[in-house]
Amino acid sequence: MKNITSLLAGFIFALGLGLSGMMNPLKVKMFLDVTRTWDPALAFVMIGAIAFYAITFRFIVKREAPLCEASFSLPTKTIVDKKLLLGSALFGVGWGLAGICPGPAFANLASGAMSIFVFVVVMVLSMFAVRKLEK
Amino acid sequence: MTIVEDITWMQALAGGALIGLASSLLLFANGKIAGISGIAGGVLNAKKNDRWWRILFVLGLVIGGFITVYLNPNNTILIEVPSLYRSITAGVFVGIGTALGSGCTSGHGVCGISRFSKRSLIATATFMFFGFVTVWLGV
Repeated sequence: MKNITSLLAGFIFALGLGLSGMMNPLKVKMFLDVTRTWDPALAFVMIGAIAFYAITFRFIVKREAPLCEASFSLPTKTIVDKKLLLGSALFGVGWGLAGICPGPAFANLASGAMSIFVFVVVMVLSMFAVRKLEK
Repeated sequence: MTIVEDITWMQALAGGALIGLASSLLLFANGKIAGISGIAGGVLNAKKNDRWWRILFVLGLVIGGFITVYLNPNNTILIEVPSLYRSITAGVFVGIGTALGSGCTSGHGVCGISRFSKRSLIATATFMFFGFVTVWLGV
């Protein structure tokens, strides 16, 4: 059951990415191009998603447990450290370089483009390497 | 600065709401935060009973993506496929960055900000700023 809900959540998530324009790297770059020709559309993606989730989140975590698991797994870290800043800065550079962040990278695999396949493999291996080194 | 004339704000808002709905479902049913980099990055490192929901979430992303690729290919990467060199470079930056920073646009930008997490607010401001600068430099 928990695998089916997870599959469905991923599916709906990707529909949202596709409809919103997040799967289009040109649109992402134009959103980031504030000093020249700015396309503010993707700000509305964040507004829509946050408005929805900020409300549902509060109701959902009041429940004793999620539907298919014994407990909620929520982030516990609260400290802003160098790792957070350095990591976010590096991610921002990568996002600006190709206009692709992790969700749209997976959703775009269906395009069959070799470049996005390579992007995903390199991205996942890099994540794996960092986690291994941190242990 | 000029602003584009045709702002697709309705599609963006509706797409954002779908992202919010999907994240709500994952929290409601699985008790998990819908951070794509965390979910995907954990596939290779996860313990056995923590692996399948991750794989299936990512599979759902791929299947959902197929619908947009089929219906509206010009709103996907097919509009401008990056070079292999650019893909490899960006993939390294995105992979290392999201692993070190514990999140990406979804985990920090959507879920974290919705929870009013200070870490996520700062992370989002940081990656957006560096995204702006990278595009501004035109590299």
